[in-house]
Amino acid sequence: MGSVSEQIKKDISDNDVVLYMKGTPVQPMCGFSSMAVQILSHMGVKFKGVNVLEDPNLRQGIKDFANWPTIPQLYVKGEFVGGCDIMREMYESGELEELMKSKSVAVSAG
Amino acid sequence: MNVADSIRARLTAAFAPAALDISDESHLHAGHAGHRPGVSTHFRVAIVAAAFAGKSRVERQRLVFAALGDLMGNPIHAFALSAKAPDE
Repeated sequence: MGSVSEQIKKDISDNDVVLYMKGTPVQPMCGFSSMAVQILSHMGVKFKGVNVLEDPNLRQGIKDFANWPTIPQLYVKGEFVGGCDIMREMYESGELEELMKSKSVAVSAG
Repeated sequence: MNVADSIRARLTAAFAPAALDISDESHLHAGHAGHRPGVSTHFRVAIVAAAFAGKSRVERQRLVFAALGDLMGNPIHAFALSAKAPDE
């Protein structure tokens, strides 16, 4: 998985917010990925969506990378934040917005 | 032992939870990706245990994933989790 983890490191350092997901932001292929996209969209956060279904190596590689067995996975400024449940809890409590602001990621007033 | 019972057994052994609620939501996903007819694949779990006190959300979920071990992936395809400490 050497090259896969290198690619992941590059993606999460080149982009402030990266969501590894099933499907695309326009057409999510899983309810959890869909919810993750909705949360980020509601917040007005620009993010890069990476479709793990297009690459079996990435689909496994991202799980190994974060030591996290499920998808979606959210990364902000190179740091693993969590999956769908954590995103939802943090969104509802306002912590996700706090996190974005603390890392200087633009959030538009919803 | 069915999948929900296996989940209950592993989480009970690992955390001695104060509360544990397991919902098999597989029937809601008939025809969707990951659904396998006759097999329980989609679960929602709410667990309250002292082991989660002082732990971050990521740490809590990792503890639960670790306790579930090889159930994650197969047969569990989808897993929604709420993990709280007793005073939360």
